[in-house]
Amino acid sequence: MQQHVSFPVFGQNDYFNYKNPQTLENRMPVVDAKKKTQDPIVTGTSVIAIKYNGGVVMGTDMLCSYGSLARFNSIQRMEKFGSYTIIGAGGELSDFQSLSNTLNDLVTLDHCIDDGSKLSPSEIYNYVARVMYNHRNKGDPLWNSLVVMGYQNGSSFLGKVDLVGTCFKDDIVCTGYGAHIALPLMRKAALDNPNMNLEQAKKLIEDCLRVLFYRDARSSKKIQISVANENGLEISEPIELDTYMWQSGEAAVKSFSQV
Amino acid sequence: MYRNHYDSDITTFSPSGRIHQIEYAMEAVKQGGAAVALKSKKFAILVSLKRSSSDLGSYQKKVFQVDDHVGIAISGLTADARMLCNYMRNECSNYDYVYESKIRIERLVTKVADKHQLHTQGYGGRPYGVGLLVAGYDQLGAHIYQTCPSGNFYNYKSISIGSRSQSAKTYLEKYFEQFEDCSLEQLIVHGLRALRETIPNSDTGLNSKNVAIGIVGENQPFKIIEEENAQPYLNLLENEEPVEMQI
Repeated sequence: MQQHVSFPVFGQNDYFNYKNPQTLENRMPVVDAKKKTQDPIVTGTSVIAIKYNGGVVMGTDMLCSYGSLARFNSIQRMEKFGSYTIIGAGGELSDFQSLSNTLNDLVTLDHCIDDGSKLSPSEIYNYVARVMYNHRNKGDPLWNSLVVMGYQNGSSFLGKVDLVGTCFKDDIVCTGYGAHIALPLMRKAALDNPNMNLEQAKKLIEDCLRVLFYRDARSSKKIQISVANENGLEISEPIELDTYMWQSGEAAVKSFSQV
Repeated sequence: MYRNHYDSDITTFSPSGRIHQIEYAMEAVKQGGAAVALKSKKFAILVSLKRSSSDLGSYQKKVFQVDDHVGIAISGLTADARMLCNYMRNECSNYDYVYESKIRIERLVTKVADKHQLHTQGYGGRPYGVGLLVAGYDQLGAHIYQTCPSGNFYNYKSISIGSRSQSAKTYLEKYFEQFEDCSLEQLIVHGLRALRETIPNSDTGLNSKNVAIGIVGENQPFKIIEEENAQPYLNLLENEEPVEMQI
């Protein structure tokens, strides 16, 4: 009989070994093997980004979940690297922090060469892809979906890298749940309005994050939007999304208590 | 043969603050056949004089392609140069793999220069006995660099190294202001004229056998022009009608 192989999801793992009660044999410590990351613990959800006429906009929420628990609600999931590149991350938070350290070392080294040129967004993107692929080859992947965006010398850059090192560039990029829910919405919006300006792009990202907040159980309505264009890089302050007011529910509760 | 005290190894300074072995290595560069490098806004070129050890033998290679956007001309110990060329090719393809873009010329030159430097600081070794002229084109434009056995490197508008290279320098110093707006063809002719200055009058002069030209630039991958392909340029030189040279 073929067994269904399920994607490892926090909470579905048998951490306390209920299914296999311990015998002396399987209690023996494994000495010659090293345990690698097999599933993420503290995770961020979708990252969504789109090129507009004159730059790129990216949006994430600020939630990092511990399994299904909304554990950390004010974590910035986008970071600047050098003066032309921003990377947004979903997946394991600690792996993203580790990758950030690696990339900051790279950017510092690049700065120290001091030859009047800086690493371009596409070079950083490719470097990230190499790092991710190298880790997966060791059987110890950095458990992230990353969106790399940037703007240098009048051209926009947008690409995606995942935990096995798969990478591609596109005009619209979404990770995680966003790839299912936000991506079609954004594609339609881009089709309807091919020359989107900054305000429209920001509005689109905000709207998509709102939809994600409604449909993705690991998301929050506290978001950040970052922009890369000729004015440089900007990551916004936290924004609280306006969402549907649930007064109808309140009314129901009131009428229920009156009964 | 003259000799100094304190010159038997590279880890000992002379009392006047010099390291003689490195200076001797710099002399080795001056023994090789001359090489000239010059650039315009869009092109960087190398022109070199090849030598052969006998009439029966082939001419020693002087210009090497490193990558699509860089090449080198050498003077000094050819064997050392081949090692360095190999190293540079490696660095280029490494950079290509990691960043999927071409390495900046200055970064590449810094790396080879660091390699040179390493060999000036350890007991039991010798410095590289070769000078390189690196010509390349990257997003910052066309570049000419010179490296030395000492680990120094210099950025030039135009330069020459090798035996009797001073005569070529004199030519370049006279005309370098025109180079910026030259076409590729004009640039090559300038290069050949500079190179011609380094040949003693008694000699046979430039011909398609002893000249190697390397070109690189905007939309022009590095290319070596030698043998019969160099003849048209030598003809231009022969006619002394330097293709719209005088403005």
